[in-house]
Amino acid sequence: MLDIKRIPLGAWIGLILTSLFLICAIFAPWLAPYGNGEIVGDVWGPMTSTNLLGTDNLGRDLLSRMIYGARITIFIAVLATALAFSLGSILGFTAAVVGGWFDSLMSRFVDLLMSIPTLIFALVVLSVLPANILTLILVMGILDSTRVYRLSRAVAVDINVMDFVEAAKLRGEGRGWIIFREILPNALSPLVSELGLRFIYAVLFLSALSFLGLGVQPPSADWGGMVKENKDGIVFGIPAALIPAGAIAALAISVNLVADWILNRTTDLKGGRGNA
Amino acid sequence: MPDEQSRKAKSGRLLDIRNLRIEATTYPPGEPPKTITLVHDVSLTLERGKVLGLIGESGAGKSTIGLASMGYGRGGCRIIGGEVVLNGRDILKGGRSGLRKLRGREVCYVAQSAAAAFNPAHQLMDQVVEASLLHGTAKRAAAEKRAVELFRKLGLPDPENIGKRYPHQVSGGQLQRVMTAMALCSEPDLIVFDEPTTALDVTTQIDVLAAIRDAIRDTGVAALYITHDLAVVAQVADEIMVLRHGRLVEWGDTRQIIKEPRQEYTNALVSVHEIEHQEKKAADTPFLSVKNVTAAYGQGTVKVLKNVSVDIHSGQTLAVVGESGSGKSTLARAITGLLPPMEGSITFGGKKLSNALSARSKEDLRQLQMVYQMADVAMNPRQPISTIIGRPLEFYFGMKGAERDRRVAELLDKIEMGKGFADRYPAELSGGQKQRVCIARALAAKPKLIICDEVTSALDPLVANGILKLLLELQAEEGVAYLFITHDLATVRSIADSIAVMYRGEVVRYGSKSEVLAPPFDPYTDLLLSSVPEMEIGWLDKAIASRRMESAGN
Repeated sequence: MLDIKRIPLGAWIGLILTSLFLICAIFAPWLAPYGNGEIVGDVWGPMTSTNLLGTDNLGRDLLSRMIYGARITIFIAVLATALAFSLGSILGFTAAVVGGWFDSLMSRFVDLLMSIPTLIFALVVLSVLPANILTLILVMGILDSTRVYRLSRAVAVDINVMDFVEAAKLRGEGRGWIIFREILPNALSPLVSELGLRFIYAVLFLSALSFLGLGVQPPSADWGGMVKENKDGIVFGIPAALIPAGAIAALAISVNLVADWILNRTTDLKGGRGNA
Repeated sequence: MPDEQSRKAKSGRLLDIRNLRIEATTYPPGEPPKTITLVHDVSLTLERGKVLGLIGESGAGKSTIGLASMGYGRGGCRIIGGEVVLNGRDILKGGRSGLRKLRGREVCYVAQSAAAAFNPAHQLMDQVVEASLLHGTAKRAAAEKRAVELFRKLGLPDPENIGKRYPHQVSGGQLQRVMTAMALCSEPDLIVFDEPTTALDVTTQIDVLAAIRDAIRDTGVAALYITHDLAVVAQVADEIMVLRHGRLVEWGDTRQIIKEPRQEYTNALVSVHEIEHQEKKAADTPFLSVKNVTAAYGQGTVKVLKNVSVDIHSGQTLAVVGESGSGKSTLARAITGLLPPMEGSITFGGKKLSNALSARSKEDLRQLQMVYQMADVAMNPRQPISTIIGRPLEFYFGMKGAERDRRVAELLDKIEMGKGFADRYPAELSGGQKQRVCIARALAAKPKLIICDEVTSALDPLVANGILKLLLELQAEEGVAYLFITHDLATVRSIADSIAVMYRGEVVRYGSKSEVLAPPFDPYTDLLLSSVPEMEIGWLDKAIASRRMESAGN
């Protein structure tokens, strides 16, 4: 199926960087030279052979913090995206197949959620609820699922009127078969490419929340939180805040490149081969 | 209108295609890309003001050759050899700007589906005059005046104002005529008609066909007329070229091709494919009867079925005939329960069938199966054939594993396809094979009735003929009854035992085949019968002259 020679350069860059980040996230305790909260030197120490990226505002090794940060950032973003997708797509497909009042009710409710700016909504909810990772994931996942709901409902409505779905209904098939066996396989390609984009949004959203102090709580920190911790150093010419910020950008761009490539491959009727 | 100069130019050779060779690259999954040749060294010439019919089944390369006359290769086709000499110069050597000057000015194109070819966001007039304005052949006022004249010539209603409408505001037949006006508006030398009447009803087709023929005759334009219907092309063309697999089979004037075909393949196309079908006598009690059914869309505002009653007898075929909008597909939807009738009842095997689909038992659903017009979209593209045919077996009979596979193989055998097809996906089948698989899927449920909704109208004549024969064989073997919906009376003759003719939601004529097809006819049945193209030169004039009413599409 997949021919390695046909993967374009952009996708290669994306794939390599993304897998690098993933490796960091998965093997963080073995890769990091120091512990996450371990103080190893001066405040905002320069880059040296022992502290490759220097130290942060409390004298902790920045490289180690970055690696642990990758772990927590990607962990939360992946779970939030997974939640958003399972919730959004199942509800979206069901709304499209059931139709009628269920569809109207769900769609208007989603409109209601979407009409409130996501960040403000999350800030209000998170400042009321206890600050732990589970609430964070739930809030991010539910807010993001509104977008997925819209997309999957739109795709499923189109498929639902096809003759093969009508044939299944005439056969007397239940909703489960229609949703998972008739509609889902045909709706998969737009959803898979959307998955990449949604994941990036989750990373950015998490970083924004942490920067505002409502995301991951100290002493552990995601990249957004690390930008916040070190932002005062920028005034003194200390680049410590720019490194996590750069990592966020690099992750966003590399996942985007992969998502683009998947989108190109799956939406094209020729499997992305005819567009060179 | 044609001035002295253009009249002089109306003789001599217009188009000369020499050794045309067209290739395309395909990408079969899991294999290296392959280059296939679509057109093998085809040559043709066309005199000014003449009409050449290109005919053949799908994949014969007729559209590809037609488009090559304007230097266009559709969907990745490449013209790799030969010359296309138009007005004395080889257009393939003119480069892109040369082609741009040519298209819409010297050569125009009329597409099969006018509904898909018009831009829905613009008024018709803007689209009709666009080419003339773009090429600067006429000022806007002059071009619009000419367009109105063409609308009148093509028999469109209200020619002064129809240009202000949007594409969705006119009927399919009218839209096709507007498209012909669009092609004629910039006074081209050549028009390529790509199956302009294939998607239309027979009753509408006859009007459009006459309009196109008269317009060609009056403006003196030359035309390439592409179709798979020999009877249609015989009415318009001076010469006919028969193509198969991208190769020339036979080329001659219309009379010779129709009357004395020299090649075997042409002969197969020309000979009428009437299937001998002995009408079965109706039993005393029908197993399914539809009584006084009225059905409507949108809470009863638009009544599409009015007081319809028909009976279906075990092992027999009821054909429902009518043009689009006559309610024949709605009748099928009412019987299956997809559109619950407002009034009336459907009795099946002595007991009343619930109106709504959701209230019917699994057993009732099993007894009624459906085969659709578009086999492509009637099968889930992500399921292999074994699942498509096997699912009803699992669902209704609880068959699993080897038992199911054996039954799938049996069914594949019944539809004259081998076991090897079980692992294929719908996209890997031809149109006729897809329709066969749909029939096997319906048959898998062992139903008493299969509803066939225009099952052959999307297929080539020879393939359609094979499907009809298969349906008749299966009826003899399995004793299944058919409700056969169609607009094609030739099909009806070869398959029906009884016929219901529908017009605007009502059954206007109903009875056994011999009764319905015997005179005296009511005006509508007469119109339907006389609109079926016959393989005879001059049929069109006779048919138009003898018509007693207009079709509902106008």
